Amino acid sequence: MRNAFAKQITALAQEDSRIVLLVGDIGNRLFDDFKANCPNRFYNCGVAEANMIGVAAGLAMSGLRPVCYTITPFITYRCMEQIRVDVCYHHVPVLLVGTGSGLSYASLGATHHSCEEMGMLRLLPGLTILAPADEMEVRSAVKAAVRHSGPVYMRIGKKGEPVVHKAEPPFTIGKAIPMREGKDSCLLSTGTMLPIALAAADLLGQQGCSAAVFSVPTVKPLDEELLSDVFARFKLVATLEEHSILGGLGGGVAEWRADAVAPRARLLRFGTRDEFLHETCEQEEARDYFGLTPAAIAARVRDGLTS
Amino acid sequence: MPTVTNSISTSVAAPDLQAISRRVRFKLVEMSHRAGTPHLGSALSCVDILVAAYWTILRIDPQRPDDPLRDRFILSKGHAATALYATLAGKGFFPEDWLDAFAKHHSPLAEQPSPTCAPGVELATGSLGHGLPVGTGMALAAKIQQRDYRVFVVMSDGECNEGSVWEAALFAPVHRLDNLAVVIDYNKWQATGRSNEIMALASLVKKWEAFGWNALEVDGHDLGALTQAMSGLKRGDGKPLAIIAHTVKGKGISFMEDDNNWHYRVPKAEEVEAAKKELGLA
Repeated sequence: MRNAFAKQITALAQEDSRIVLLVGDIGNRLFDDFKANCPNRFYNCGVAEANMIGVAAGLAMSGLRPVCYTITPFITYRCMEQIRVDVCYHHVPVLLVGTGSGLSYASLGATHHSCEEMGMLRLLPGLTILAPADEMEVRSAVKAAVRHSGPVYMRIGKKGEPVVHKAEPPFTIGKAIPMREGKDSCLLSTGTMLPIALAAADLLGQQGCSAAVFSVPTVKPLDEELLSDVFARFKLVATLEEHSILGGLGGGVAEWRADAVAPRARLLRFGTRDEFLHETCEQEEARDYFGLTPAAIAARVRDGLTS
Repeated sequence: MPTVTNSISTSVAAPDLQAISRRVRFKLVEMSHRAGTPHLGSALSCVDILVAAYWTILRIDPQRPDDPLRDRFILSKGHAATALYATLAGKGFFPEDWLDAFAKHHSPLAEQPSPTCAPGVELATGSLGHGLPVGTGMALAAKIQQRDYRVFVVMSDGECNEGSVWEAALFAPVHRLDNLAVVIDYNKWQATGRSNEIMALASLVKKWEAFGWNALEVDGHDLGALTQAMSGLKRGDGKPLAIIAHTVKGKGISFMEDDNNWHYRVPKAEEVEAAKKELGLA
């Protein structure tokens, strides 16, 4: 996904001279093309994320379209107040891109995990939150994000994620992407959980419980039109994310459902539990630990439909 | 409307900077008293820096506050907002009677500036350590867009406790931001104590020099020295400029000077009158 991001932002920067790329001392060689094509619009801001966000805000206030890129915990937790005050309070068009989100860097330990950042950032007024599913969605999302008039945070994986879409899907901020029809349950997947959601839907189908699947690349603002529809149409709606069940897509949908008038469907949230992951493991094992596998998801959904 | 004698601004042709400073100071005392707001000592401390900048240095047009080519001035120590508001009113960015409603319900002028709250306010400040990184971004934008405006950021000495200040200090010289100046209002106090006892600030001039800036020290109440120091940008060596302005908290009103109680105290009516006499405005 990060290669797709690098390619797309390089292409966009060649068309739009306002785009400036700021990175926090990562992405060795990843942006060589960008640097070659736009040498005066690439800045390695060092391991100094708070300053990077402030600089980006200053650039945006001066008419430029800055894009900040570094590892997710450092571009979010580390500089939360700069995002809140410099970027969101002034509502300037800064695009923040967190790479290696969720459990992508499971093996590096919890300093490098990001299972809480959408929960923090969802609280910031006016901030759009995107979590594309694969490199096709990354390309579409980056294009939409740089056209957007306000601040955007986008979380992406690392590299080598399965490509789900055959081509770039039509992409509108705030709109989910329908992936598969179904009758009994509906799986709302955000970020790189999409292939897991589709595999879970396959299992459910084999077990006689058909499941619809949507990719939900916009976590804020929520696609309320979709939620109204699926909570009326299905017996069960499940949210899937590589993020805590608190505060992310599942948290947002739960909040929406609390205010909804007589929603029919019950809600199941799949995500990480309210704990730090202390086990030494790779991403797949971390997903297994948190019950984020097709088999575990299908089993809980099936139970949920009958209990 | 204020009377002519109470007006901050004077003749455009030959501004009497010291008279302007005295009038700004009295405005701050009045605003603090009327609104019941703290931070008067902090605001009085930086008045001369603002007067020197706005009346002699900044290339700005109050009629065109959004001119992309204007110089930018950021009061990063947002708690001293009265000093910025009175200065901007004095320069004609907005009517001086806006100051009378300072901090009142629906006033554009809050205790600390919000985004685009009034013409001439470049940044919402109040949380310390934000002005220099954002100002650095503005200075970098000028380089990218090949514009020749300059950026001035006024910080407090207490603000230099914030790590983000030093992140920006490391960044700016690498990118040869010789269009960026920081002025430190070094009054030797922060909210609850002596700034050099709370954190090891000294020597500020050596620190900024070591970070790759041109650094100099001035008497922060000497309008001529401040003007000369701020004129020192763009020497051709590619370095940003740090001006360590030695100041006195509560400057200009004897019973407030160097008394940190005035970080939070609000002047009573008789103290406003006493200040007026001391400033020669009674």
